[in-house]
Amino acid sequence: MREVCVIGVGMSKWGEVWRMSLRDLHTQAALNAIEKAGVDHLDSLYVGCMTSGMFVGQEHLASLLTDYMGMPGLPAMRIESACASGGLAFRLAFIEVASGISDIVMASGVEKMTDCSGEEATQALAAAADQENEVFHGATFPGLYAMMANAHMAKYGTTRDMLSAVAVKNHRNGAKNPDAQYPFEIRMDQVAKSVMIADPLHILDCSPITDGAAAVIVTTVDIAKKMGKPYIKVLGSGVGTDTIALAQREDMTTIKAATIAAGTAFKMAGKTIKDVNFAEVHDCFTIAEIAVSESIGLFEPGKGGPAALAGETALDGSFPINSSGGLKSKGHPVGATGVAQIVEVYKQLTGQAEKGRQIPGSPKIGMTQNMGGSGGSSVVHILEVA
Amino acid sequence: MTMFSSRNWREYPGRYRREASKFKKSGKTYYPKRMIDPVTGDKEQETVILPDTGKIFTYTVIRIAPSQWGDMSPYALAIVELTDGTRVCGQMTDCDVDEVKIGMEVRLEFRRIQSEGHHGVISYGHKFVPKWY
Repeated sequence: MREVCVIGVGMSKWGEVWRMSLRDLHTQAALNAIEKAGVDHLDSLYVGCMTSGMFVGQEHLASLLTDYMGMPGLPAMRIESACASGGLAFRLAFIEVASGISDIVMASGVEKMTDCSGEEATQALAAAADQENEVFHGATFPGLYAMMANAHMAKYGTTRDMLSAVAVKNHRNGAKNPDAQYPFEIRMDQVAKSVMIADPLHILDCSPITDGAAAVIVTTVDIAKKMGKPYIKVLGSGVGTDTIALAQREDMTTIKAATIAAGTAFKMAGKTIKDVNFAEVHDCFTIAEIAVSESIGLFEPGKGGPAALAGETALDGSFPINSSGGLKSKGHPVGATGVAQIVEVYKQLTGQAEKGRQIPGSPKIGMTQNMGGSGGSSVVHILEVA
Repeated sequence: MTMFSSRNWREYPGRYRREASKFKKSGKTYYPKRMIDPVTGDKEQETVILPDTGKIFTYTVIRIAPSQWGDMSPYALAIVELTDGTRVCGQMTDCDVDEVKIGMEVRLEFRRIQSEGHHGVISYGHKFVPKWY
């Protein structure tokens, strides 16, 4: 296997971007990444997207997007694993470069979510849940994570304040991120008083609906060295799956797919969680960040909530989580999220994070955890400074 | 989304009769039916009817609902552990949403679930009601 790295990253504008279409968003992020990396061509493209067919009626993205980024004829594939589509696209770009099939590959992600009503968007997102056993009975995504939250609270005594602490911390980080959709701080009491969506989750426990794209350029360490560009190495990659339906799981308080993905990635990297300095994790809901922080082995089961409340995962804590603001504050264009996590780790490891949100102490190893649905799939990557 | 009646009709055994797969090796029951036990890989199974009582393992109250459920919200959604250990997801009904809690004993009843898609096919299935009803 060849040594693989990321040499350039790009983002589109994120938020309710009414002036830009799906193709515009993707083109902006792709051209941005190509320019930053300084590459003169690509060998192929993997684009992560969850459900453009339901959001804007457009499938067959591979040919549409290569055409609009000025590269007709480029080998390209669209990758789908619900909200983990972006992370999975990155994994495939990594595999293609590591195997020697290609030298320079783009991994990107895109989702255009505000060209339909909020109700239609909720229905489109629900396509990632079990249609027969969950959606048929009226389940929504906040509803599924709410059932996980209630189970977590009943089993471990996780509290409202612990959930709120995750949202407050992520908004504090996102407030300093110019790419964030909601770059402002919130208070604990605001989270608890915000409108209830699905008990016990309030609207400030939930990530928003976002338009956006992200792209990264993946190549070999040899090529990056020759080009003299800053790069970060991909040490490990893992993907795991679990039952799509929550009811079928033995334990609803843990994300088994994340445990599997992290285990594979750590094994490939020859590292453990103790070697990692920080992580971007999939906080689609506050309970998700707590459950994932336990599932990847950072905290003992039941200790993720108290750790968040104690500030251990804050920017200046012992293990910062979501320095970007996470899905909560930065936004969650579902197909793009997994790639944007890589963008953030690249910025942190190369010292390019904006003023006030650079993780102190020159971190050496970062980790990403991207999640599909209510934990039916998960993708983990371990990345190291050059 | 267009919902053809075949999609509903095909599910009658599970939705109307609570038919489930009980695998020989593990003795474990899965609902709805499936071809293979994901834990043991066993394909030998018999069709059983799910018990109609159990207790709430976890739940939520959906207060912001997709359009086809809008007229019913707020409604409680629960995962119930039946007396044979099988867990099933469904709506809790015939009680105030604020009375729903973990551990609450419930019974499964045959109810109208929704009218699906543009064709408005009415689908039925199980809902949970408090056991003392």
